[in-house]
Amino acid sequence: MDEIIVEFLTESLEGLDQLDNKFVLLEQNPDDRDTLASIFRTVHTIKGTCGFLGFSHLEKLAHAGENLLSLLRDGKLSFTQEIASALLNMLDAVRTMLGEIERTETDGEESYSDLIQVLNRLKEGGSASPVPPSPPVPVDATPPANESSAAEDADADDAGSELLPPGSVFLLEPVSAPPEKPSALSSSAQCPESPATPPSSADTSAKSAQPAAQALERAASTPAALERAPSTPASAAGGPSIAESSIRVDVPLLDKLMNLVGELVLARNQIVEYTLLQENPQLMAASQRLNLITSELQEGIMRTRMQPISNIWAKFPRIVRDLAVNCGKQVRVEMEGKETELDKSLIEAMKDPLTHLIRNAVDHGVELPAVRQASGKPEEGCLLLRAYHEGGQVHIEIADNGAGINPIKLRNKAVEKGLITLERADAMSDQDFRRLIFLAGFSTAEKITNISGRGVGMDVVKTNIEKIGGVIDLESELGRGTTFKIRIPLTLAIVPALIVTSGGERFAIPQVNLLELIRVNEEQRDAAIEYVHSNPVYRLRGKLLPIVYLNHELNLIATARVLNIVVLQAGQHQLGLVVDQINDTQEIVVKPLDKVLQDIPVFAGATIMGDGRVALILDILGIAQQARILSDSHDQNVAAQLEKERDRKAEIQTLLLVRSPGNGRLAIPLAPVSRLEEFESEQVESAGDVDVIQYRGQILPLVRLKNVLSASYSSDRLARTETGALTTPLLQVIVFGDGVRRIGLVVDEIIDIVQDVFETKGRATRAGVAGTLVIQGRVTELFDVQSFLQRMMPLLALAEGA
Amino acid sequence: MADNHQLCTFFLEDRFFGVDVEKVQEVIRYQVVTPVPLAPPVVRGLINLRGQIVTAIDLRRLLQVGDPQDDRRPINIVVQTRQGTFSLLVDRIGDVLEVDQSCFERPPDTLEGIARELIQGTYKLQGRLLLTINIDKLFNLALLNRYRATAKNTE
Repeated sequence: MDEIIVEFLTESLEGLDQLDNKFVLLEQNPDDRDTLASIFRTVHTIKGTCGFLGFSHLEKLAHAGENLLSLLRDGKLSFTQEIASALLNMLDAVRTMLGEIERTETDGEESYSDLIQVLNRLKEGGSASPVPPSPPVPVDATPPANESSAAEDADADDAGSELLPPGSVFLLEPVSAPPEKPSALSSSAQCPESPATPPSSADTSAKSAQPAAQALERAASTPAALERAPSTPASAAGGPSIAESSIRVDVPLLDKLMNLVGELVLARNQIVEYTLLQENPQLMAASQRLNLITSELQEGIMRTRMQPISNIWAKFPRIVRDLAVNCGKQVRVEMEGKETELDKSLIEAMKDPLTHLIRNAVDHGVELPAVRQASGKPEEGCLLLRAYHEGGQVHIEIADNGAGINPIKLRNKAVEKGLITLERADAMSDQDFRRLIFLAGFSTAEKITNISGRGVGMDVVKTNIEKIGGVIDLESELGRGTTFKIRIPLTLAIVPALIVTSGGERFAIPQVNLLELIRVNEEQRDAAIEYVHSNPVYRLRGKLLPIVYLNHELNLIATARVLNIVVLQAGQHQLGLVVDQINDTQEIVVKPLDKVLQDIPVFAGATIMGDGRVALILDILGIAQQARILSDSHDQNVAAQLEKERDRKAEIQTLLLVRSPGNGRLAIPLAPVSRLEEFESEQVESAGDVDVIQYRGQILPLVRLKNVLSASYSSDRLARTETGALTTPLLQVIVFGDGVRRIGLVVDEIIDIVQDVFETKGRATRAGVAGTLVIQGRVTELFDVQSFLQRMMPLLALAEGA
Repeated sequence: MADNHQLCTFFLEDRFFGVDVEKVQEVIRYQVVTPVPLAPPVVRGLINLRGQIVTAIDLRRLLQVGDPQDDRRPINIVVQTRQGTFSLLVDRIGDVLEVDQSCFERPPDTLEGIARELIQGTYKLQGRLLLTINIDKLFNLALLNRYRATAKNTE
């Protein structure tokens, strides 16, 4: 059956039940305007809705009733018993029709024109003069002819129904009853001397319909309620099983039930734990049964609190439409997974964030028709709402096919506002920029124009979602649209959690945050944890995972020898939480902490464990914040930053600083250098044009740095005095090359060896130099080793030949 | 305040205290306390009171009586306050005494610090003084925080 009709029926039947009571009230106190007004409203609602749904017979009848009621309400007509009876007849007719609708989805053939006439006559008669004595006659006479036998009729019906199997009672009765029933009611109302009849008739049906019994009681206590007595069995038997298959329950009652089930779950945990210690098969069996039943009960109670997400989505098409009209846009809403259910409290909590996202999507996401057309998209934008269950969580997606979010604009805006530094911006990915919209202060200060928008209060959306243990992320492609993805837990009260031990205390980690568990043996323990600038990290499949020690964060004493890493998802970040021991998973009942303790961010609450002791529930986001994984300096994408740092490591080089001719500084990369040597000048010999030295059983050709730089190495002799002795007694020689091919570079002085990341700042100013850079605050030339070695090939050959 | 009212009395060391009996929900023997890391030092931890999680406050620390010499297990006095249910950890429990308002006196001016704010006054009983504690002030957040601040300063 159509959902709207079901809702209409539930609502109308409820309204009718209240009307019965109100009429009784009204008869006792005919001038009660408030009651009259409320009756009028109920009838008016029924009329309006059924007109909308196309139940014309019902509408006409309700309309007639409404007219009469409006006169009564306005005081143009006074309430009499005749009017009351006619109206009650109308109510019963409405009830019958509703029953018909429930079975056949039409309001039946019967148009109740007689009853309508009566109502109309009463209306006119009433307005002209005080009620004439005649109207009661038509009331009773016109609808049914068999007034006298009405009571027996009811009797017969009920008696007949008794013979049938109980299940069929509700279905069968109304089919035979509708025309007669109302008359039965009015007849009993008219004949107070026959109270015995309705009770007896009701009595029989009481077995099949409980309301009858209640009606009986009321009938006995108040004579005025007599009219109701038969009417209730009629409604019960008239079978709207909708009224019986669904009841409205106070949410506080459900909350209480949920709490009790929570307690039961805890007691169950306790008993199961205790049973494991006892070797008693009977107790074991009983506890297993208790276990099963508790789980089922828990699930059942949870389901009573579940509501389809369509409860909030239903409003969205209208919101979107209004907004789109205001903005001059065309937006179509599509929904998938409307029936996805989640806890009522979560539904409430999601209402505002979702509305906000929807508004944003229309306001900023979808472009104006002209713009869309220009970019080759259909004029009408589409907003897709999706919901589904996955992995014990509810996933909600809000996707538009609008302009998307431009990461560069967000970046510039964020830098301009000083929310992120330039350096940090450089280390961030496009996705990181898009996530900037969730930053507080990014949005609210001024409405971001030009940028594809999004951002007004997005931090609030994020906070609200995180408050209920949810996560929000977005995907966006420029020109294609944006998708917001939200994950929230099914329910808040009872959550599966991993129990860990640290410092001798147990802690619960909500499973929502849990990704995986890693255990590192004692031997590998030290090697497993590496440090990036004194921050511990663990290599998880090639990615660096920041490590947080729970003991350290909570000032506890570590006891474990092995390394247990719990890999957790905290917002967009992952972190490895090192704990002493990993126990097991358990269903836990979240209990809030006292106000005194609420400002400790690392705890989300507390729970009671199987042994009756209290354990604290960790708030993973809080821990990440405390460990500064989420703090400003680290905020976005730790892994990317770390990778960047590793890349840089590769660029670190070691340079040999020497004094160059002209008292400058020259840096020589140390990598190709094999040794630094000092030779006495006497050791230098000549081999043709070339100065050589005997070195490790080889002949090492020597080249002066000055000559290399001046490119005049051809006449490359060491400066000698005219006596043939060298000017300097000691030669500082840098030996290049491997064991076979070596060459010595003679320099005036070796200053230092430096290690760092160097960037060439200037271009080379002469031959033999690769460029200039700043080392130790001084401009330094970088020696071009490659070209030097190439140019020295002939000399190398000499050494080789020797 | 009525002329006569009843006080639930208890001891910290040999000091004699009392709280309004109306505020006391129950007195229970020692319970296993789960410590709460990072909490103010006056919070000893959490106890499980028939499924309800109750914060246990160490009155010794709060009133700066000093830590106990022996390892006697403290008694829980569970009190209802405007801020919720708390458990006060005390050394020993005394009788419920009916006290006469006429022997009440404000605390002397020499009382200092937290104690001055918490101790309402003194009942001059036969042979001993009974100090009354203002329960509602006890769990005043600002007060606890102030305690934390002073604790930090003395560190």
